[in-house]
Amino acid sequence: MTAPFEQLKTRAQQRWNELTAGALPWIRVGGGVSGEAAGAHEVTLALNKAIEKANRRANVTRVGMLGLCYAEPLVDVQLPGGDRIFYANVTPEKAAEIVQTHIAHGVPEASLAFAQVPAPGGSGLAGVPDLNDLPTMKRQVRIATRNSGHIDPRDLLQYVANGGYAALDKALTGMTPAQVLDEVKNSGLRGRGGAAFPTGTKWSFLAGNKSPVKYILCNCEEGDPGAFNDKGVLESDPHTLLEGLILAGYATTSSNGVIFIRQGHEEPIEAARKAVQDAYDAGLLGKNILGSNFSYDVEVALTGDSYVAGEETALMEAIEGKRSMPRYRPPFPAQAGLWQKPSNINNVKTLSYVPQIIANGGAWFKGVGTPGSAGTAILCITGEIQRPGMYELPMGMTIREVLNQIAGGPPAGKRIKVLQTGGPLGGVLGESDFDVQIDFDAMSKTGAILGSGGIIVGSDDVNVVDLTRNLVAFNQFESCGKCFPCRLGTTHMVEVLDRICQNKARAGDRELMERIGQSMKVGSLCGHGQLGYNPILSAFKYFAAEFDELVKDHKGPVGAFADGTMIVPTRTRP
Amino acid sequence: MTSGVTTAADTELRERIRRTLRSQKQRTITVLSSLLAVQHEIKYVPEVAIEETAHFIKGATINDVWSVASFYTNFRFTPPGDHTVEVCWGPSCHIKGAQHVLRAVQSELGLDREGETSDGKFTLRYNTCLGACAHAPVIAIDHVHHGRITPDSAVRHVKQARSKPAPGH
Ligand SMILES: Cc1cc2nc3c(=O)[nH]c(=O)nc-3n(C[C@H](O)[C@H](O)[C@H](O)COP(=O)(O)O)c2cc1C
Ligand code: FES
Repeated sequence: MTAPFEQLKTRAQQRWNELTAGALPWIRVGGGVSGEAAGAHEVTLALNKAIEKANRRANVTRVGMLGLCYAEPLVDVQLPGGDRIFYANVTPEKAAEIVQTHIAHGVPEASLAFAQVPAPGGSGLAGVPDLNDLPTMKRQVRIATRNSGHIDPRDLLQYVANGGYAALDKALTGMTPAQVLDEVKNSGLRGRGGAAFPTGTKWSFLAGNKSPVKYILCNCEEGDPGAFNDKGVLESDPHTLLEGLILAGYATTSSNGVIFIRQGHEEPIEAARKAVQDAYDAGLLGKNILGSNFSYDVEVALTGDSYVAGEETALMEAIEGKRSMPRYRPPFPAQAGLWQKPSNINNVKTLSYVPQIIANGGAWFKGVGTPGSAGTAILCITGEIQRPGMYELPMGMTIREVLNQIAGGPPAGKRIKVLQTGGPLGGVLGESDFDVQIDFDAMSKTGAILGSGGIIVGSDDVNVVDLTRNLVAFNQFESCGKCFPCRLGTTHMVEVLDRICQNKARAGDRELMERIGQSMKVGSLCGHGQLGYNPILSAFKYFAAEFDELVKDHKGPVGAFADGTMIVPTRTRP
Repeated sequence: MTSGVTTAADTELRERIRRTLRSQKQRTITVLSSLLAVQHEIKYVPEVAIEETAHFIKGATINDVWSVASFYTNFRFTPPGDHTVEVCWGPSCHIKGAQHVLRAVQSELGLDREGETSDGKFTLRYNTCLGACAHAPVIAIDHVHHGRITPDSAVRHVKQARSKPAPGH
């Protein structure tokens, strides 16, 4: 262990002891955008007010997202050295009750509690389930999300106290860059940004380039509606990503890292900025990291609103301050990327696995998941489902298992009919394929993709043609306009879907869309145009009858309104 | 470009924009980062900011700056209303009834599309995903997210905002 790291660890341990077994109770409120949308802010105000009224003191911390969104607002109270008691769906009134019992009287009320993590050696509170035995937690293997919801994302010391930066210290003291790269190759890690490309192989393209300036770009554009796991990791545990980004720099002997985020998402942006600043202050970034001869700089770059900015070459254009339109390849990023320097692009989740891969070895990671898709899938399950949330599950479970055992199945009295996976360039999936394994290759055989891990659930109440119109309208709105088959094709397809939904379909509309989709596929430079037809193609596969009802039999209109119209944005790119 | 008399307010705006451009803290400063900084400070990108950015970034022309400003859909060129209401129309929210929320908010604001109310109190925007999809449908008022919204609760939130001053005042 390097001396600077040893000192950091000692400080971190002191801080952690103070928080968990010091003088004051520790109250952790689940934050993040998800917590906020559920009302965490009002709950925090109510907690503070009740504590003041009871004339007590406590550390109230806004932590990130545990992932159990259905239970939010989520509050976790720990008396010094005591059990962690979790309270779910907390309202301001319930917050006052929690303070009254647990803080003022020092006795948690089991009937209010949702789950617990008993103190080491203790038996916990009778009648309250263990957090890790909950159906939503039991099968999780939390690697990238191991700290999410447990620590304050703004506190470097809390990350270090929980094993953080030990992998970096290990690499810098005992491994060559080539050994770190080999570990990642052996882990079988594949990219979580959509294309599932083997990460070690991608890194080796960059490692082989001897340029003195080389970039690792971390992609947190996360434009896919229905997915919030990149922002989730960033706002809950930014140092996991940062440590992964530094290790990627070391493995490829790069000089610079960039964390790329869309403007407007203040929580992940602030979390990333603070993490970078604190890492500089602690000697984990900059010149001679932890006293080694490795130096590395990282900055946070923002983009404006543009989905295509998430495409790797468009991303480089955006960092350079231009319109985020994809570049021609070759040259490939590893030859000439950002500012014409060799570059490598990785998704947030991909990089966030790396610290644990280095800490535990590539073989350990490969042992989780399936032979072709090592590790976990960080799934965001939303829509018509009992327990929406973000769950990190080993690859290889079937979708049906995940929906029923983890996410609790459909709301009472409903049946799950359709899933939308992999974002708007992915597709829809029908019941006949719900037994597919969560695995990159198994999923893509169905025509849907795992992509970045969003699974949107729809019941019989959802009309698939209307849902398809929503997805294609997104693709139209977000076309960057560079390739006309994409720009005009998506516009034309929305027009056709719109008239179909309004019961004004024309004979041959289905064939027309097929023709447009084919032209987009062959005539577009990037995945946006190449895959933009996927929602329709996959919908034809599973729900052809629903199209026929409208195109042939004119049984419409469909959609939210009686006339079959849909409200969509009026702005498009000039 | 702007012509005619230059008022004290114009000069002050220009000064504010120059200060904003100069005080960007990050290492890499570009046309895009400059426009984002201006909109963050002034809430929109006035025409003079396009000129000033072109002056500020070496090698950039007014055309270059317009090209970037007109591309990213977050940029706006007129002042926004006192409050901004964003309604998500992404697929998670769509499935959970976002269209009805949109319609209710439109009718509360007297708008039939994105834009400003005539009294300047509100800006309505549709958002492709507000990032809290587990709590769909979602709206955000002055960047504060509210989940599990119904048409009625959305209207209630808008009414509450109406009685409050613009954020930052
Ligand atoms: C239109 C379009 C949008 C994309 N958006 C994202 C995104 O938001 N986040 C992301 O990680 N990858 C996105 N990608 C994929 C990236 O191009 C790239 O493959 C990925 O960031 C590589 O990271 P990985 O190897 O770790 O998966 C997008 C691709 C396309 C074609
Ligand atoms: S789809 Fe509405 S918040 Fe993500």
